[in-house]
Amino acid sequence: MNAIEIHDLSFAYSETPVLEGIDLTVPEREFLGIVGPNAGGKSTLLKIILGLLPPTRGSVKVLGTTPAQARTRLGYVPQYPAFARDFPVTVEQVVLMGRLGRGRMIGGYSHRDHEIARRVMGETEIGNLAQRRIDQLSGGQLQRTLVARALACEPEILILDEPTANIDMRVENELFDLLKLLNQRMTILVVSHDIAFISGYVHRVACLNRTLICHRTEDIDGQVIQQLYDNEVRMVAHHHH
Amino acid sequence: MHAILEYGFLQSALLAGLLASIGCGVMGSYVVVKRIGYMAGGISHSVLGGMGAALFFGFAPMQGALLAALVAALIIGWIKLRWRAQEDTLIGAMWAMGMSIGILFISRTPGYATDLVSYLFGNILLVSREQIGHMAILDLLVIGMVLAFYRQFLAVSFDEEFARLRGVPVNFFYLLFLCLVALTVVLLVQVVGLVLVIALLTLPAAIAGHYIHTMGRMMLAASALGMVFTTTGIMASYYLDAPTGAIIILIAGSAYLVSAVFSQWWRQGKARRSVGKL
Repeated sequence: MNAIEIHDLSFAYSETPVLEGIDLTVPEREFLGIVGPNAGGKSTLLKIILGLLPPTRGSVKVLGTTPAQARTRLGYVPQYPAFARDFPVTVEQVVLMGRLGRGRMIGGYSHRDHEIARRVMGETEIGNLAQRRIDQLSGGQLQRTLVARALACEPEILILDEPTANIDMRVENELFDLLKLLNQRMTILVVSHDIAFISGYVHRVACLNRTLICHRTEDIDGQVIQQLYDNEVRMVAHHHH
Repeated sequence: MHAILEYGFLQSALLAGLLASIGCGVMGSYVVVKRIGYMAGGISHSVLGGMGAALFFGFAPMQGALLAALVAALIIGWIKLRWRAQEDTLIGAMWAMGMSIGILFISRTPGYATDLVSYLFGNILLVSREQIGHMAILDLLVIGMVLAFYRQFLAVSFDEEFARLRGVPVNFFYLLFLCLVALTVVLLVQVVGLVLVIALLTLPAAIAGHYIHTMGRMMLAASALGMVFTTTGIMASYYLDAPTGAIIILIAGSAYLVSAVFSQWWRQGKARRSVGKL
């Protein structure tokens, strides 16, 4: 079974087409990078896969079912955290939120939930920060907390939207090393604007700029990048002259 | 102290203040961290519509208040979920319309003038034993719900999108949450009146938030602060022979201002000390 199957998907916000005729099949255990210019539709595509937006046309299957039904089997790391940084919660409480939607509705988290939270905090190396408030975390620590929250969902697919936007190069390497490790047991989709960097980690790169073209990592060269970014690459080149 | 032992009405007032403080600490903490004081204001002011109608049709004002608060909470919640963009205008409209409805009903009811002032600014010295029973029930309801769904409320107020992805019925909990705010507003209206409710709902939690950074402890501290403010306010107003609601709010407000300045200074001092250690 494929993790994700998308056929002829189009999406428009009122009259602005954002995605057109997208076909994408992601086999299980693939590590897929999605790159493209800003406003190229990357976050929109993720939101459709997560079932937060309905496609305007076309079909989307996630884990063999509809996105809405597969939702709780996915782990999601958002680009801009939707929460206030000064919200009074600890790292552990945030990670535990990944356990919501499983088990009982009423009352606190179960013993097993706490165990899983502890395990994923160990895996993401934030075990020592469990009782730390989120407003005391560095960018990299917060990113790890969000990855841990997604892992606490025990996901079959892990989806990350620009996970390295707010962290420095060293932390970026550490994060992708962790993702590579996690990829041994789950499918991973990661959105990035840095095609050169992720090429060292992912199996395939999907280039998205309203339409989508997939490339195997070995085939990526200057021409592919140029096609995708078009104007932007030329603009950068211009500065160097 | 003699006065407390001697006068039943003073005992009732103090008890009502303590009961209101529990609700205000618990829900006030959510209102503060979620920054929805304006919504709570909309709910509390539309309560006048219900109180006026109850008075006109001959029901207990608290029943009318309860109904109006719940209806207002559901409408405001629905507006927020449907049309995010014009939220503040619509809440403002609800706020003013609720009050207008109330004033129309009250003006048609004989002997309205004294009632109007006590609804707007509270008259805790007139709280009856029966009302205290109702307040206790509202408290139990609020605490029971918050204990039962603590995880969901925390997740929905922290990160709505993620909660939705975890299969939490976000809209349901959002509306339930606003209904609990509505119940709390009705509790507080008994003590300080509907104009002053937002202050008593937010100030104790905001002060707690200056020093405490986990939800559970913030609720406990805010409840305790609320108890201190209502109790000292009631005693002061008794001895000064001044309106209780206004005194309570002045005490809470002054405490907030002092705490805002002090906590800033305290944090800067801590920062300086930590730099000094390097």
